[in-house]
Amino acid sequence: MHLHRFHGGLKLPDETAASTADPVLVMGVPSRLTVPLGQHIGEAAEPCVQVGDHVTKGQRIGQSKGYIAAHVHAPTSGEIIDIDLYPVPHPSGLNAPCVVIQADGRDEWGDTRMEPWLDWDTRDLRKLRQRVRDGGIVGLGGAAFPTAVKLNPRAGQRIHTLIVNGAECEPYISADDMLLRTAPEAVFEGIRIVAHLLQVERVLFAVEDNMPEAMRTLTETLPEELRGWLQLVSVPAIYPTGGERQLIKVLTGQEVPSGGLPADIGMVCHNPGTFRAICDVVIQGRPLVSRIVTVTGPGVRQPRNVEALIGTPFADVIAAAGGYADDVDRLVMGGPMMGFAVHDDAIPVIKATNCLLATRPQDTPPPGPLMPCIRCGECAAVCPAQLLPQQLYWQAKAKDFDAIQDYGLFDCIECGCCAHVCPSNIPLVQYYRYAKNEIWAREKERQKSDIARDRYEFRQERIEREEREKAERMARKKAAVKKKAADGEGDSDKQAAIQAALERARAKKAARAAEKQGGEPTATAPSGDADPGATKPSSADTPHDGDAR
Amino acid sequence: MRFRTESSPHMIPAHSVSGVMQQVLMALVPGTLAMTWFFGWGVLVNVLLGVLFAVAFEAAMVAARKRPVMPTLADNSAIVTGWLFALAIPPLAPFWVTLIGIAFAIIVAKHLYGGLGYNPFNPAMVGYVVVLVSFPREMALWPAPDTLPESPLTLLQTLQTVLTGSLPGAQEWDAVTRATPLDAMREGLVSGRTVGEITASPLFGSFTETGWEWIGNFFLLGGLYLLFRRIIHWHIPVAVILGVAVPAGFFWMLDPGSYASPAFHVFSGAVIIGAFFIATDPVSASTTPLGRILYGAGIGVLIFVIRTWGGYPDAVAFAVLLMNMVAPTLDHLTRPRIFGRTRGGPPPGGGHA
Repeated sequence: MHLHRFHGGLKLPDETAASTADPVLVMGVPSRLTVPLGQHIGEAAEPCVQVGDHVTKGQRIGQSKGYIAAHVHAPTSGEIIDIDLYPVPHPSGLNAPCVVIQADGRDEWGDTRMEPWLDWDTRDLRKLRQRVRDGGIVGLGGAAFPTAVKLNPRAGQRIHTLIVNGAECEPYISADDMLLRTAPEAVFEGIRIVAHLLQVERVLFAVEDNMPEAMRTLTETLPEELRGWLQLVSVPAIYPTGGERQLIKVLTGQEVPSGGLPADIGMVCHNPGTFRAICDVVIQGRPLVSRIVTVTGPGVRQPRNVEALIGTPFADVIAAAGGYADDVDRLVMGGPMMGFAVHDDAIPVIKATNCLLATRPQDTPPPGPLMPCIRCGECAAVCPAQLLPQQLYWQAKAKDFDAIQDYGLFDCIECGCCAHVCPSNIPLVQYYRYAKNEIWAREKERQKSDIARDRYEFRQERIEREEREKAERMARKKAAVKKKAADGEGDSDKQAAIQAALERARAKKAARAAEKQGGEPTATAPSGDADPGATKPSSADTPHDGDAR
Repeated sequence: MRFRTESSPHMIPAHSVSGVMQQVLMALVPGTLAMTWFFGWGVLVNVLLGVLFAVAFEAAMVAARKRPVMPTLADNSAIVTGWLFALAIPPLAPFWVTLIGIAFAIIVAKHLYGGLGYNPFNPAMVGYVVVLVSFPREMALWPAPDTLPESPLTLLQTLQTVLTGSLPGAQEWDAVTRATPLDAMREGLVSGRTVGEITASPLFGSFTETGWEWIGNFFLLGGLYLLFRRIIHWHIPVAVILGVAVPAGFFWMLDPGSYASPAFHVFSGAVIIGAFFIATDPVSASTTPLGRILYGAGIGVLIFVIRTWGGYPDAVAFAVLLMNMVAPTLDHLTRPRIFGRTRGGPPPGGGHA
């Protein structure tokens, strides 16, 4: 097969030898599991159990709400002892809602277990897709994007190529490598299910050329049903080949359009682990409650891969790899290029935890002094998105958010190549994340102020209208009173006064009712209170009330 | 257990600014030694003075700007500026030429614009142009390219000359200096001689004056080392040399009697050191691949134009400074196509909220 190249990228040292020496260790059930309800982008699930409930393994404990979302299941049987905010693996370091399970040690499946579908190929495609959704499957390559979404192409979209992304390009991570060596059958079965679901014409199975063992196993175990239309492809180990856009370019020469998805060019990409999870939920009725985690780095004594239940504390996983080396001082979830450092190892394994990397100061020294950018352009030379990171950096620093978008900020995949080669120690990716967040926040702010402005204009119009109407009424009243006075009635003055008082009361009531109506949208736009548009009308009310008196 | 939480990537950085500058300094060594061999101790004396002044001014400016002095000095960029400036001026120029030039380079061209990374113009070239237009007499003191053993001045005598501004003993300037090949060519052509007659002089070797050729070769060696180590990329040096050679070749083929050969142009004066060491200063150059080609080609063409029809025999500094001016525009106009976009690019997708 003729392979293509993407621009830039890095040839990084392969550090997987240490963690692939031993087989995958299936870890036991920890005494307490902390299962976060939101483990990926998209909305967090809503808990559907209560404190004190007994749950069985695989029982749904978190119900997904949105479309880009996934259910959460109990990784083992036990008692729900708390549903509250706990520290979770997230770059922000903030706490998030979690369900805490005290394991009963029996690890038993209850009657909520989904029925095994050995005859999946006779099932309705919609039901099959629903099964994947019910299983809470997300992409296991690290990004944890809900899988069911990618199995549901939009109307008119035809997926012809299924890509298996076995290009594990981050140094150190070997979870896919070990999975392919030890359980290729489940992966192939998952591929068959997805290929059937999407009715694809071909499957491209990419494995990096530094994973010969996995490649050999795959070649030997390729099932009859996949022969002919599944192609095993060895791709050069250049970081970030495992990025789906880069991998698609390498395999097909095609580029996923900027701002678009692989589905826009008829392709879908999944990680091998995801295929196994799909196989598990369809054929065994086993939702996603565990995953393979690479525990590695010079900061652990016996690097290896483990199969850990979601919710297992990092510390337990580290212990399974022989514990920390003496001088460990950094713990990273994910790979060295894109992973984030966590400050605490009490946090739990989540669906996105593909790797725990522990390092010592000599492996990951504290960053040197920040130097000015000398525009050497090394960053641009390695950028796989063909951006000019040096220019994006200036623009992010200058908060020139129009220019930075014009220069393709949102095409940045945050792979970190630029930051790695920067001679000035500039944490470039941090600058881009900052700019992206700032732009998103401004976008939201703009939408909010649009709503506030509409409300303000509507209110101004209403007040003017009311004032006009009131003036007209008063004029009529005055005319009537004058007429009565002219008629010579003695108590007319008194009556007119009563009438005027009633009128005032009515007008006030009407104004208040109208205000209430006008004020209601405030509840849906919380920050509207701070908006000048919301305060101006009330000050405009004052002279208006005075007039009425 | 608690851990440090620095941002990704969690790797040992691949490069450092001071490392880059160190490589550049190393690459300057062969050319500098070659110059010393042909022009005498003055070259080394100037390099030493240039580096000394540059580091002193850098330290003073950094301190005045209330920035940390040691980390800034450690980036080695002032050393590079001082060294390059020293190579550009005549080896027997008095010390105050170096002092004034470096002062302009470091204080005005570098730090008044914000220091390393913020200077729009190449500091060494700004300093050089200041002394070139201010002190034409001192800037013409190029010794004859005799090899060191035959050099008329010893190290001590050279020091004395540089520090006092006059030759020791009864020596005459005319005895130790000689017109550079570019000067010779220029004056020869102006006085009506043909290129053939000028280069027939025994001083000329195959392309240009003998010593100058060798110096060019040694700087080329250093430049190739930088290319090999990926400290610089091929775009600028290749474009500069072609930018000089192509128009030179065109006119030379039209009228070889009135126009010097492209080889003469490339190996005379500062073209080689300019192409590999000066034009490649990343801060003041263009930063996109196509932009660098245009930037280098612009420098090359300007060198040829100024040498041939302008008022100065060599023009590398002017050409570099002129192209420094257009570098930001070149950057803007030569953005590479972004992955997944057409060259024009679909409208950028902001607000993926």
